[in-house]
Amino acid sequence: MPDTLRPTDSESPRPAQSLHTPIKRRSFFMYAGATAGVTALALAGCSKESETTAPSINVSLGFGDASVLNYAYALEQLEAAFYAKAVAATTTVLSTAEKAVLTNVATHEAIHRDFLQAAINRDFPGQLLQTLTFKFDDATFTDRTRLLTAAKTFEDLGVAAYNGAGKLFKVPAYVSIAGQIVSVEARHAAYVRDLLTSGSFAAIDQVDATTGLDKQMAPADVIKIVNTYLDATVVQLDVSTIGQ
Amino acid sequence: MDFFKIIDDLSKVDADVLGRFDSRRAVFGSLGNIAKRSALAATPLFLGALFQKAYAGTTSTPVEVLQYALTLELFEQDFYAKVKASSQYAGASAADKAAIDQIKGHEDAHVALLRTAITGLGGTPVASAPFKSAVFAGLTTFAAQLGIAQLLEDTGVRAYKGRAGELLGTDLLTVALQIHSVEARHASKIRYMRGQKPWVNPGDDLAAHPVYTSGVTGPTSTTSPFGYGIPAYTAASPVESNTTQSNVPITTGLGATYTAADAAASFDEYLQAAEVLDASRAGGLVGA
Repeated sequence: MPDTLRPTDSESPRPAQSLHTPIKRRSFFMYAGATAGVTALALAGCSKESETTAPSINVSLGFGDASVLNYAYALEQLEAAFYAKAVAATTTVLSTAEKAVLTNVATHEAIHRDFLQAAINRDFPGQLLQTLTFKFDDATFTDRTRLLTAAKTFEDLGVAAYNGAGKLFKVPAYVSIAGQIVSVEARHAAYVRDLLTSGSFAAIDQVDATTGLDKQMAPADVIKIVNTYLDATVVQLDVSTIGQ
Repeated sequence: MDFFKIIDDLSKVDADVLGRFDSRRAVFGSLGNIAKRSALAATPLFLGALFQKAYAGTTSTPVEVLQYALTLELFEQDFYAKVKASSQYAGASAADKAAIDQIKGHEDAHVALLRTAITGLGGTPVASAPFKSAVFAGLTTFAAQLGIAQLLEDTGVRAYKGRAGELLGTDLLTVALQIHSVEARHASKIRYMRGQKPWVNPGDDLAAHPVYTSGVTGPTSTTSPFGYGIPAYTAASPVESNTTQSNVPITTGLGATYTAADAAASFDEYLQAAEVLDASRAGGLVGA
C-alpha cells in the first residue's frame, strides 16, 4: 500500500519530503555529466580514453529510481509529441468522434509527461532527463491506418515498458504511481487497437493466450525502439544504468 | 509432488526463481539431502518452507497477495461463466460474444497461473469466489450484465494497483503488473461496448457507484472472508475523481492548465483490500 503518495496534504503543492531520496554519491557524479547533455565521459579530460573518443551523443537516464522515472518520462514525451501532432493534423483522416477521443488521449499523455517532469524535479533535483525532439514520418499523419497503427505501437510499447520496469523501483510509492499511469495506457491501447481492428483490444499478439499475461519488455529493448524516433546524430538514450 | 515440476512451473511466473535460492548449487544440494531423507522431502510442508525461505525478505506475504488476486480472478471467472450460460449472451452480437469469450479466457488463464504460483509457494489456493446467483438473475438484459462487467473490471484494475507495491523486490510484481494491464484492457473494451469512454471519467453513467469512490461501510478485519490475511484498513483511498497525484495538483500545478476531467482520467486510483471486499463493492456480490 502506498504510504507516502496519498494526497492527504492537498492544500500544499509543496514536495512531500518523505518522497525525497538523497542522491547517491555515484549518481551525483554521473549526473554532473549527464545533465550537460553529454555523458560524463566527454567531460573527463584526464581520462586516456577520452582523447580518442568523439563527443558522445548518448544521454544516460541515470541511476536508481530517478532513472526509472526518467525512462517513463522519455516514453511519455514520445507519446505526447506523437498525439499532439496527430490531433493537430489539418487533414481529416479520423472521424469527428475518433478525433475527439484521441484529443483526450493526447491530453492524458501531456499530463503524464508534465507530472513526471514535476515529480523528478521535486524528488531528484538536477537529474531530469532533457526535453527530447522526435522525428515522425509525415505520411503517418495523412493516412488513418498508418496513424492508428503508430498509436497502437506506442501504446502497447508503453504498457510493456511500464510492466517491465516496475520491478526496478526501490520505493513502493513510485510503483504505485507508475501503476496508476500504466492502466490508463492500457485503456488507450485497447481502444486504439479496436479502432484499427475491431475486437483486437487484447489480441494474442499482445496478450499471451495461455498465461493471460500482457507483454513486458526490458528497458534496453524499449529504448532501442524509442531511439529510432530520435535524431541519431543528436541524441540517443542510454539505459545501461537504469535501476542501479 | 514433483519438485522439478514445481520449480519449472514457478519459473514461468518468476524467471528468477532459482536465483532466489542461495545458488543453483544450493538447490541441487538440497535435493541431494532430500534424496537422503526422502520421507521428509515428499511433504508439501517441507517444500513450502523451502520456497518461503527463497522468497523471505523480498516481500512480506507474497502468498497472501496472490490469494487476493486469485479471489478476484475466480470472482470474475464465475461472473463471465454465468454470462456465457445466459440467454442474454446467446442473443448478443457475434462481436460482443467474441469479446466476452476472450475476456473469460484471460480470467481462466489468470486463475490457472495464480493457482500454480500459490501452490509453488506452499499455499493452498482459494477454492472459489462465486458471483451471487440471485444478483445475477436480476441482470435481465445483456446491457445490465455489461454494466456489472464494467464495475468488476474497473474494480480489478484498482485492486491490483492497491497491492502491487507489496510485491516489490520479486518478479511476482512483473506478473501482477502483466495481469493488471490486461484487466485495464478488459475495462476499456467493456466501456467501449457500453458507449462509455474507455477510461474512468466524471461523465460516466456509473460515476457515482462506490467502485469509483472509496472508504468502507462496515467494520474491517485483517483476515479476509476467504481465510488469508489482508493489510489493515487505514483511511479512505483516493476517489477516482481525484485530481491531485503525489501532492501535485494536476489541474494547476503543472506548466499548462488542465481540466479536472482530464486530470482525473489520466490516473487510475487504487483501492485497499478492505475496500474491495466491502459490501458496497465486490464483497457484496460474492456468495452462493
